[in-house]
Amino acid sequence: MTDDGVHRLALLRDMLLVRRFEECCAEQYASRKIRGFLHLGIGEEATAVGSVRALAADDDVVATYREHGHALARGIPPATLLAEMFGKASGCARGRGGSMHLCDVSRRFWGGFAIVGGGVPIAVGLALAERMQRGRRLVAVFFGDGAMDEGELHESLNLAALWKLPVLFLCENNQYAMGTALARHASNPRLVEKPPTYGIPATRVDGMDVLEVERAVREAADVVRGGSGPRFLELSTYRFRAHSMYDADRYRDPEEIAQWKRRDPIELLAERLTEDGLLAPAARAAMEGELSALLAAAVAEADAAPLEPTSDLARDLYARTPR
Amino acid sequence: MKQASFREAVRSALRDALRTEPRALLMGEDVGRYGGAYACSLGLLEEFGEARVRDTPLSEAGFVGAGIGAAMGGLRPIVEIMTVNFSLLALDQIVNNAACLRHMTAGQVAVPVVIRMATGAGRQLAAQHSHSLENWYAGVPGLRVLMPGTVQDARDMILAALAEDDPVLVFEHQYLYPMEGPLDETAAPASPWHSLVRRPGRDLTVLAWGGCLPRALAAATELSGRGVEAEVVDLRALRPLDLDPVRASLARTHRLLVVDEAWRTGSLAGELVAQLAETALYDLDAPPARVCTAEVPIPYAQHLEQAALPSAERIVDAARALTERRG
Repeated sequence: MTDDGVHRLALLRDMLLVRRFEECCAEQYASRKIRGFLHLGIGEEATAVGSVRALAADDDVVATYREHGHALARGIPPATLLAEMFGKASGCARGRGGSMHLCDVSRRFWGGFAIVGGGVPIAVGLALAERMQRGRRLVAVFFGDGAMDEGELHESLNLAALWKLPVLFLCENNQYAMGTALARHASNPRLVEKPPTYGIPATRVDGMDVLEVERAVREAADVVRGGSGPRFLELSTYRFRAHSMYDADRYRDPEEIAQWKRRDPIELLAERLTEDGLLAPAARAAMEGELSALLAAAVAEADAAPLEPTSDLARDLYARTPR
Repeated sequence: MKQASFREAVRSALRDALRTEPRALLMGEDVGRYGGAYACSLGLLEEFGEARVRDTPLSEAGFVGAGIGAAMGGLRPIVEIMTVNFSLLALDQIVNNAACLRHMTAGQVAVPVVIRMATGAGRQLAAQHSHSLENWYAGVPGLRVLMPGTVQDARDMILAALAEDDPVLVFEHQYLYPMEGPLDETAAPASPWHSLVRRPGRDLTVLAWGGCLPRALAAATELSGRGVEAEVVDLRALRPLDLDPVRASLARTHRLLVVDEAWRTGSLAGELVAQLAETALYDLDAPPARVCTAEVPIPYAQHLEQAALPSAERIVDAARALTERRG
């Protein structure tokens, strides 16, 4: 098989891992092992996997509260993520963050930020640190179409452009700001028309096509690394499930959902791989079997992990004892 | 030791920070070419250049968040928010990010940022430029909060804040910038995390900090002439609190008066009284008392503004009422 074939199969496996992981999360939520807010990105796997895989391993990533896919694509083990959501001591944040705040600084994954737009100024600051320390990394920051209405986002676009910082703005436009459709929350729903007013070139990308996402992010990342300032990509996508586990999803037309599901990013890639003779039914089944076993083992590992002790409640509040 | 203004002490600390800490940078509205709205960074752009003294757009959430992100990325930013009133536009970044990130990531993320801002009333700037909201921040776990009330502390607290690996907010009362006092620029900064007795006395403890400290000291002088010896304790750190020196003082004086420029309801004075009542009630011979700001938006007209604020005169009156009470 060619390198390209191997690479595309790896992308398929990465996206399938995200899909099956999130289905597993929904089950764990139903069995009450996961509580709080759980935002699934089912349907949006191509934006997470395609983007994160296109970045250098040491580029900084700042994500949102819908970040399971990004965390997995960065290489954080599923058991670590599940343990976090179960409130266990082996969780990536020892149970302090949960689903919305997955984080692994050793992988330069700065975490899920759960205030819409709130992570974007952080990304600008990380890029400033990178620039002043003469590094070559860039900062990729994810946010949704809802964040495009936030002042923090616009302040960040202005500052990043003003200071020519190495920020790659990645707007995962899933067409809804929670339950409000793009045309009902944005006076101008053509999102790519906004960054150019700050001098930031912006491109719209088919966010259901992982290869397109990967190509666009790689090209934009190269430009940003070259020092010419920030770039903006709108990755057009759709979440197949509700906003969170609390959402009754009364605001979307079932026909609209069905239409987007016909462009399921996983099946789009699988079909092309099948056409190219790279994915036999047995190979797909083997992939599913491997992931199913991997996730079962991850759940067992997270189940078996000890709870974070309440005696450590105030741990990591300050760098040293307060006085 | 020379005489210097509070403003010069701040500038001295900022200059030392940039000279001695290569990771330090200043950022904020008009900190560069303008020299700072209160002239605290005058001349620093010329001395250290555009990369380390950064004028920002008027976008408080954006540049405070960027300061926090830069701290996460390995720098030691000193962010100036022109006044506490504007910090409300950056409240999300300060409370949801700076304060939470270390704990929420189980220690993976450090946020060694210093955020300075002017606070307080007294210059006829009306309600939107006269708030005292430092107590809001002092209530947030994960933040450290300092408020200098002397010229020396104006310098030392910034340098001590810079040495911390946590987010530190430093509140400078805008009325203090022209105040003169002794300044030692060569000594290592004293730890700002302890309360200090600024004037000994036997009849009552006046607990004050920041802009209220000089007023408390003036009141103590006035009271002394009337036969009342007030012990003035400077709180200095608003979070974490160091109340041991206050309790030691109460064991001597048995009377407590807290002076706070915040509105009484929800003030730090209220929290201090509560904590001291919880731990030192039996040392008190009289109910604790507070002098706070009247619960109105601070008005513009001078006589109205002065009527709203804690003044030396109001402190004297409260202290006399407190010491005349028999326990």
